[in-house]
Order: sequence, then C-alpha cells, then structure tokens
Amino acid sequence: MSNFFEKSDLSRNEAENIISDTLKKCDDGELYLENSKSESILLDDNKIKNSSYSSDLGFGFRAVSGEIVAYSHSNEISKNSLRQSSDNLKSTLKSTKGNYNHSIPKSNKKYYENINPIDQKSLKNKVEILNEVNKYLRSKDKSVKQVTANFSGEQKSIEIIRSGGETLTDIRPLVRFNVSVMLEKNGRKETGVYGVGGRQSYDAYLKEDNWKNVCDEALRIASVNLESKPAPAGEMKVVLGPGWPAILIHEAVGHGLEGDFNRKKTSAFHNLMGEKVASEGVTIIDDGTLDNRRGSLTIDDEGTPTEKTVLIENGILKNFMQDRLNARLMKTKSTGSGRRENFRHIVLPRMRNTMMLSGKQTQDEMIKSVDKGIFAVSFGGGQVDITSGKFVFNCTEAYEIVNGKIGSPIKGATLIGDGPSILKEVSMVGNDMMLDPGIGTCGKAGQGVPVGVAQPSILINKMTVGGTKL
Amino acid sequence: MVKDQEYLENKASYCLDLAKKLGATDASINVGSSISETVNFRNKKLDESNRSDNLGVDITTYIGKKKSSISSSNLLQDNLNILIEKCIETTKNTPEDEFNALPDRDLLAQEIKELNLYDDTHIENNDKIKYLSVLENSASVDKKIINTESSFTEDKSNFILANSDGFCKGFKTSSFVASSVAVAKDDKSMERDYEYTLKCHLDDIKSAEELGKAAAENTIRKLSPKKIGSEKIPIIFDKRIAKGILSTFASAISSSAISRGTSFLKDMIGQKIFSDSINIFDKPDIIKGLGSQSFDSEGVKTETLKLVEQGILKHYLIDTYNGKKLNLKSNGRSGGTSNLYFDNGKIALKDLLSSNSKSLYITETIGHGSNIITGDYSVGATGFLIENGEFKYPINEITIAGNFRDMFQNITLANDLEFQYSTNSPTLMIEGMVVAGK
Repeated sequence: MSNFFEKSDLSRNEAENIISDTLKKCDDGELYLENSKSESILLDDNKIKNSSYSSDLGFGFRAVSGEIVAYSHSNEISKNSLRQSSDNLKSTLKSTKGNYNHSIPKSNKKYYENINPIDQKSLKNKVEILNEVNKYLRSKDKSVKQVTANFSGEQKSIEIIRSGGETLTDIRPLVRFNVSVMLEKNGRKETGVYGVGGRQSYDAYLKEDNWKNVCDEALRIASVNLESKPAPAGEMKVVLGPGWPAILIHEAVGHGLEGDFNRKKTSAFHNLMGEKVASEGVTIIDDGTLDNRRGSLTIDDEGTPTEKTVLIENGILKNFMQDRLNARLMKTKSTGSGRRENFRHIVLPRMRNTMMLSGKQTQDEMIKSVDKGIFAVSFGGGQVDITSGKFVFNCTEAYEIVNGKIGSPIKGATLIGDGPSILKEVSMVGNDMMLDPGIGTCGKAGQGVPVGVAQPSILINKMTVGGTKL
Repeated sequence: MVKDQEYLENKASYCLDLAKKLGATDASINVGSSISETVNFRNKKLDESNRSDNLGVDITTYIGKKKSSISSSNLLQDNLNILIEKCIETTKNTPEDEFNALPDRDLLAQEIKELNLYDDTHIENNDKIKYLSVLENSASVDKKIINTESSFTEDKSNFILANSDGFCKGFKTSSFVASSVAVAKDDKSMERDYEYTLKCHLDDIKSAEELGKAAAENTIRKLSPKKIGSEKIPIIFDKRIAKGILSTFASAISSSAISRGTSFLKDMIGQKIFSDSINIFDKPDIIKGLGSQSFDSEGVKTETLKLVEQGILKHYLIDTYNGKKLNLKSNGRSGGTSNLYFDNGKIALKDLLSSNSKSLYITETIGHGSNIITGDYSVGATGFLIENGEFKYPINEITIAGNFRDMFQNITLANDLEFQYSTNSPTLMIEGMVVAGK
C-alpha cells in the first residue's frame, strides 16, 4: 500500500482536518490520492522501439454541493498544495448549506490480487518474448511485412479519504499484450490485430507458448482481409459474432444508460425507465464483479463496492448506471459505477463489463435465415452521439451472407445504427455468450478507462452498412 | 503560477547531470508545468469548476545505440534519483537500434522566434462565470433548446527541452477556450451540436453572445432529420471537419508510417496525389498561431514546408529516428505538423454549394474510419441535403465512404480559409464518394 504522506510535509491528520473543514457544508466530496506505475515495451519494425516506465503521483480534491462539483488536483502532495486546492473549492462553492452524506456501503470482496505485474516478469524476459513473436510471425508467412507487438502493464494504488477521516483503498493491476501484423500480397496491404489482457500477471495470459495463439489470430484476421472485396452500401440484416462485437451494446445502449446523461435528460433513454426498449429475450447487465476482468473493480473511484447492475431485463429498461452525485440527484443509489481515468479527472458514471446474456438460438440458425446481409466477427473502435442516439463502429473482420451462407470477406466498413431502436431489431439471441479477450478502453469526456464487453451471437434485422458498393 | 524558466532549467540540468553520471552517453529531458482552470455551466447555472496543476518530466537516456525512457509527475529529488537509476538500468537491458540518436547538432534551433503565443492575462473564475452567463442566455433564447452545457478554460504552460548536446530552450504558451453544447428537441427528434472558440490571447476569442447564438443555431437546424437512400453524390465538408482530411494526410506522410511501410502515400514523393489546384502548407511561424513553434519536440528548428505543390507531394514529415532510417534529414516535424493548411481555393462558398444540382453538406462525422495503410475511409455522418445551392433538410444515420487516393484527386476548395485551429481547411467538396443510407 502506498503511504501518500510518508515524504510529505503534510501529515494524515492535517489532511483529514483540511478535508473535513472544506467539505463541512457540502453534500459530498473526498480527497482521492493516486500512485500509479506503468510500463510499455514495444517491438516494431524488427526492433525494440521503446521501453518506457512512468510513475504518476497526485491528488484530486472534490467538493459537491447540490448539482455543483468543484474539483482541484495537483502533483504535489503538500500542505501548501492541499490548502490551495481547498481555497479553490471554497471559492467556487461560495455558500453551501448541504448535509454531508457519510454513508458508503462496505464489502470484503476482492476481484483481483494485490500484485505489481511489472515486477513479476523481467524486462529481459519480455524483450525475449517480443523478439520471438516477431520471428514466429515472419517465418510463418512470407507476406508478413510488418509486426508490432507490445506489453503494457500498470499498478495503480488509490486511497480515498472522506470527511470525518473514513478511508478506502484499492490496488489495481492491469496488463495487456497486443500483436498487430501487416501483410502485403500483390500490391495489397492489410492488417490484423489481436490482444489479451486483464487484472492479473502477464503469465496468466502468456504461460508457455500461448502467445502464439495471439499471433495466429492476428495473422488469420490479416489473411482474411487480404482476400476482402468492397463492402456493400445500404440497409441490410447483420449477424454479429459473440464476444468483442458487444462493443455494439456498449456504444448503442450502454452510454445512453449512464446516469449523468439521463439526469440531464440528454440521453435518448431518459424517459424510458420501465418501458420496453429491446426485443424479448434481450437482457443486458453491467458487471464490475467478474474476477480479473479488465473492466472489474473492487471499489469504484468514489469508494463504493462494485456490483452486477441489471440494465435491461427481458427487453424492459430496469436501471441506469450511477455514481454518487447522479444517484443523489435522481434519488436512487450508486451502482458502484463512479470512475475516473486518474486523479486529474472528475468522477463520471461509466461502464465496467457490459454484457448481453445468452439466449436460445445458434449462430447457424441466424446465418441460414439471412438472404442478403453481413456477418461481422470483429470490430475496431466505435462511437455514439448520445442525444440523437446514432452510433457507429468499424468492422475489422466481416463477411457477406448470401442465401443463408457465409460468402467472401468484405473490406472494413462502418456500420451505423440508432441506439434506442437497434435492440428492438434484435430478432435472434444466440446461446454462445463469450467475453471479449480483455482489450477495451472506453472514452468519455476526454477520459479513457478500461472496460470489458460480452455477448452471444445476435441477428439484427436492419442496419446501415457503410460500404462503397452500390 | 506556472513554474518559471529557472525552476524548469534547474530540474532539467539536475536530471541531465545525474543521467550522465550514472553512465548515459546521451540524454534528453523535457520538464513541463501547466495550470489550467475551467468553469462549466449547465442550463444557465454553475455546474463545475476544475483547477488543474500539472508538473511532469520525460527523460530519455542513451547508452551508445541503446535507448529507454521514463516519465513522471513526481519531481521530488528522491523520486528523480530512483527513476533515473531505473532508466539507466532499463537502457542497459534494451537491445541496440542503429538509428537511435539525438538530433544532428547543426539542425538544432538557435533561437526562439517571437511568435506572441503567451498572454499573461488571468481571468478570475467570477469573470469566467459572467462570460458563461451571457453565453448560456444567448444560447437558450429559442424554446426548442432544452439543455445547454458551456465551459470556459484558461490554460498556461511552460516547458524546457534540454539535451546533452547543450540544447536548452523552452517557451510559455497560453490558451483561452470557450465552448457551448446545446440540445434541441421537437416532437420528432432530439439533436445536439456545438460551437467553440480557441485562441492564445483572451482578446481574440469570440464574444459570448456570438458563441451562444451559433451553438443554438447549429443545433436547431439539425432537428427532424431524414435518412436518404444509398447513392454516389458530391460531398461538401464543413470547415470544422474538412480539417480532418488534412490530419489524415499528415499521418499518412509521417516518416514513421513511411519508414514502416504502413502508409498508402509511401514512395509518392514527386507524384501527383491531389488535383492540380491543391497546395498544402505547414507554417510554424504564424504570429499567435495555435500550432506555432520555434522548434519541434526534439529541438530541431522548424521552417515552412510546402508539402503539396500543385497536387504534387514534396515532403514527408520527418523526425530524427525515422529520418536516419530513410536516409533523410529531419525537417523538424517530430511530434507532427505545426500550422497545417490548404491554400485557399478559387471559388466562393456560394458557388461551391450550387456547383451540383444535388449534394450533401456534412457538419459532423463519427467513428474512426480512416485507414492510412489502405487509404480506405468510411465514417458515420450528419449534415444537410443541398439542392441547387439551397439547404433543403437535415440528414442523419448515413455513412460516407471512399478511398483517399481517389478522394484527394477529386477535391475542390472554396475560398473561405480562416485560421481557427492549428489545422485549417476552407470548405471542401469531394466528388465520387458513396453515401450509404436506406
């Protein structure tokens, strides 16, 4: 555990006094302390391009009164710096007459080990594996023209001190291993990317030679794309494969169910609580409690233990995801969804591991039912406009479906749809739910946080495919 | 206050000396300090204030051709000692790369040009609040506006870049940004749009009234959008997104993409990649320019480059490492472009809009649909249908797609270039792209 006051002229006792004094008549607030260590080792173009290490230390001080949030952060954990922040908060919240809410739920559950993944594997060992990856891929296929592979790992220690001195702590490991390969054949270049990761040691993903699986998958995707032809343009049926394509759920529906957008009534879902927003058989949850998953958290960044939140149950909208601020203003409870990228940012309600649960159909049945459409197996990034509800994502592996059969691979195209209506267009839910490999980062208001997604295969009746072939 | 030059120089030279003492043959250090203060409004009321005080150091050490780097926000001496020791240790264990090197000495900047990038004015939160009140009142006049969120940020930064070849320079910059996001609603739809203003100097930002009015207008005109059919149709990019085409061009000519062979513009120097009339500049010494700088992120002096001349690609954007790999000298573009822009076109916006009987005017794109390896482009879009030069109705839930190789050859520019961002384009039309809709 980091002792944030060890090398500071500020004692814990003094800090507690400043916190309690500043938050006296506020509704909520806390001092958030963070110490993170991270590393990145990158192989690119046949060489170790970069080995870097970073250590980040600082605090963020938050005071909440009514709907107003005052926030101040600094790298310097010192008496002077905390006082300056306190003054800044007081100057924003000139007259407060709140009642500090001391209640915060407790839990002893932990969803990951207290480890520092960076120290668990030597630099030499990591460099060796990256070089092996490079050699393996280039020897496996002559058309491999570029290989990029990297390890990134971090350990983040946080401490939350609330008014009155209540303290909550967490230590969060996170690793990721990623491989990208570019092929060139007959003048055409295409890439394939695959990665794995989560809140465990690197070895949990890479023991023995199973880094080869990651390489094989990246190579397979690139090879498929080399054969791809232009994607069709227009509205058609879309079958989504299981696992990572659940980024669709994340973009199309997840963001619209975050508490802040609904309190502010800027989400297309804000007046739909209790109503049917999806086809029968569609159940979506957001779960922070899965062991060692990328989106899991023992406590969120306000100290609330995470939970499994049912968002949509059998088509009916049940809950939004809440942090403390939005929960208070919407007269409900925090779902443990208050997150921030680091101490430089305010807390926002965010997703953790967003999952659509399994139904009864098989993927085969879905494909067979489609005369003309596409089968999307993997995606790159996505984005949503919360207000209009329109969302997009880019296919990185997709095929056309002709007369109930999977046909040629098609070039990366953007799919666009309408969030509030897309789930009503889901006509089959598969029995093959799968978690993504542990690679997602979600961006909101300039803050990136690690997230997970999961879903079974699903059939969507109608989506617009942004290809070039009319 | 941001840390002054002396404080930053002291930290930088401490790090340099220690790195050398511990066995680095070369080193480069960047120490930066910034303070940023933001006030946010929502629905005409104070919503959030945020003060951000940042310090940071980036250290790169070389032992011969071995290189490694660290960064930290903790500048206490104890911590720097531990980190530099760790950096040297990591450097020793990192394989050699023959192209690792500090920039050539004769390319380093000799002077800091006076570009007027810093305005010392400090505006108290109370004054920010006054500006935002006026802004939000102006944005909420129309009843169709149901939500407004606006913010005002003042930012001051200072930095020192130093290396073991004796380079040690830095400069202060400031920025003032105000933005407003509005949500409008009618019985058929809810839409969001925005407007913002960003300048180095406080006096140059747009007035609060003007900004609020523009945000509201941009939003209201998007209400009750329609979806159109799939077809090939000329696409006109609003200035605020046309600059994205230039940014993609810039990533495709970065020396790293070229040397790795992962760009569709590799080996295209001297080739005609745009239509004849197109000229593209990157000019680092624009007074008060948002991308202006005297040297790049390695200390290499920067001069104006005419990247594209009458459609022909003349330069890549070259840094030291990739330059050595390509056998080219750095042209001071480590860290990318400075003030990048298309030279003005020849025809008025009005004439561009009416040059086809039917076209699409796009105001926003979503998604990350630019692939610089293949040149393929496919993104979600919203905008307006234009018939005979007139805005007919708003459009959404469509995608626009094409390949940059073709798109670049089919660009027509209007003559309405303004310097609002660091990358700037006049309104731009591309013919031959495909819209996917119904």
